[in-house]
Amino acid sequence: MTSTITPPTEAGAPEPRGRHPRKAARTTMRADLTPRQRLNRWDVKYSPYLYVAPFFVLFGLIGLFPLVYTFVVSLNDWNLLTGPGEWVGFQNFTDELQSPLFWNSLFNTFSIFLLSAVPQLIAAIVIAAVLDQNIRAKTFWRLSVILPYVVTPVAVTLIFSNIFGEKYGLINNLLTTFGADPVMWKTETLPSHLAIATMVNWRWTGYNALILLAAMQAVPRDVHEAAAIDGAGAVRRFFSVTIPSIRPTIIFVIITATIGGLQIFTEPKLFNATSSIPGGPQRQYQTTVLYLWDLAFNRQDFGKAAAVAWMLFIIVVAIGLINFWLSRRIAGVEARTSKRRTRRRLDAHAAARAEASAPTPEERA
Amino acid sequence: MTATKAIVTSGSGDRAASRGSRDGRGRPGGQGIERRPGWLTYTLLGVFFVAGAYPLYWSFVVGSSDSSALTSTWPPLLPGGRFWQNVGEVFDTVPFWLALGNSIIVATVITVSVVVFSTLAGYAFAKLRFRGREGLMVFVIATLAVPTQLGIIPLFMLMKQFGWTGTLGAVIVPTLVTAFGVFFMRQYLVDVIPDELIEAARVDGASMISTFWHVGVPAARPAMAILGLFTFMTAWTDYLWPLLVAPQNPTLQVALSQLQSARYVDYSVVLAGAVLATLPLLILFVIAGKQLISGIMAGAVKG
Repeated sequence: MTSTITPPTEAGAPEPRGRHPRKAARTTMRADLTPRQRLNRWDVKYSPYLYVAPFFVLFGLIGLFPLVYTFVVSLNDWNLLTGPGEWVGFQNFTDELQSPLFWNSLFNTFSIFLLSAVPQLIAAIVIAAVLDQNIRAKTFWRLSVILPYVVTPVAVTLIFSNIFGEKYGLINNLLTTFGADPVMWKTETLPSHLAIATMVNWRWTGYNALILLAAMQAVPRDVHEAAAIDGAGAVRRFFSVTIPSIRPTIIFVIITATIGGLQIFTEPKLFNATSSIPGGPQRQYQTTVLYLWDLAFNRQDFGKAAAVAWMLFIIVVAIGLINFWLSRRIAGVEARTSKRRTRRRLDAHAAARAEASAPTPEERA
Repeated sequence: MTATKAIVTSGSGDRAASRGSRDGRGRPGGQGIERRPGWLTYTLLGVFFVAGAYPLYWSFVVGSSDSSALTSTWPPLLPGGRFWQNVGEVFDTVPFWLALGNSIIVATVITVSVVVFSTLAGYAFAKLRFRGREGLMVFVIATLAVPTQLGIIPLFMLMKQFGWTGTLGAVIVPTLVTAFGVFFMRQYLVDVIPDELIEAARVDGASMISTFWHVGVPAARPAMAILGLFTFMTAWTDYLWPLLVAPQNPTLQVALSQLQSARYVDYSVVLAGAVLATLPLLILFVIAGKQLISGIMAGAVKG
């Protein structure tokens, strides 16, 4: 058991004194000192476990056990009210894989996810690039960008389900004022997905913009200056320097957006209060978590709901792993090439400094 | 350095220099690529600001009018005078104050628990040596991406078994610890406390726990504040779980959603409620906005 933290009494003075030849003194001293020494050794050895134990015990009970037990439930014919029925093996899984409602929920989830993730990422990069400039009143603009983040999803949904109201919504009022046809935001599939994606985007774009801004600010100024010397304009620098440098952060944003986006619940749940089926009368925007909810707590089929939970779990973890693998590969390649590129640029930079009167160095790459 | 500036302005800065001199805001030749941006930047910032703030303002406008505000062809631009009347109807429809109190209790307990246990475990992972440390840390990282929300079915069965449904305990328990919290504290503490400082405390005869208390906790305080802020936000905004286990003893989010489930929905009342329920976080935003910004940006670097 090696330790960086050397217990003072163990290696220090008391130990030799304990082995002192004088008998009478030794016994009293051992009785006096050894318990403290032993206590100290225990302290060093077991304290770390004591500190991490609360997390692991609680996480095991509230995080891991439920996931594992979900699998057990999914193998049974299990009703909310009557409890566990008979063991059915993978019947629930095969049933759900053949259920059009399950596939409908997956389609809706991915459609809403893509409609939110892609525009959100692009908008967040643009906002971050604008904020990355040498603007006045920095804090004010940054605050204004994350203002939507403090509005809770429930409030966001109430606000936007009014804005997207079919009869008197803000958007349809404007559309009819300009002579256009109103859009059936809560009835048609694609418009409803757009409306829900808008809620997600409104709340999260500014938040992600700040994450990307932090990454942009970590890009060394030298690299920008070297690129500028090479004759790259602001736009060229943005695509050739900024974007490649913040790629790991972009991937981080994508991963977190995926984990959250595939479990979307609040927005579709509250989008149309008049529908008795969660996710629209024809399940136009019933996401997978909403479908799980409907199965478990409205139709009381815990077995099937648990099977859906596990399949969604596998999808989320698989996408997370693919993202992780991709990001490591890209990061590896990127690090090697960008290191080379940066070195080249900095060399050029130094050369340019040396002969300050000389014209800008010619093309090199 | 002066040579660099000269090259930058003469090379790529031509356009910028002319633009700078035109609107007078840029400093041609002064700061190289760090010059002040032009009107386009501020126009864009203004657009972002309006896009973020207008839906909130519109909610307040509608929430302070009667329902006729919704039917007018042009969106009303000025608030009406009925906000408090609508708020009164919110109070009549849902137990607002109970829900507010519940949300404060739930979010506070969860925040304290997550921060305390994450700091303890994060400190141990960052600064103490023990058998199995690496393996356990890999486990924590692996569980970061695990969607624990999908375990609601057994959790619900457990709460029912214990007879906890309808109590705040049932709302609180499933989020008492998070893997993210441990990961976040570990990443922060690993650089911020020098090993020598801990050793010095130990040589002075401090026990492990008092070393943690006098060296670890003071160093961890900034990260604890950030973690606390975000844990509070997450607990405050959670909707699925409180709706499932305690709809009759609602948190603020559940109560807010119940405004909409009445048979006849008056949208000006719903939006007055939405504005009212947003106020606590808006106040937090005004007080701790800067910390929120630095927290989000720190998360990016750590993540």
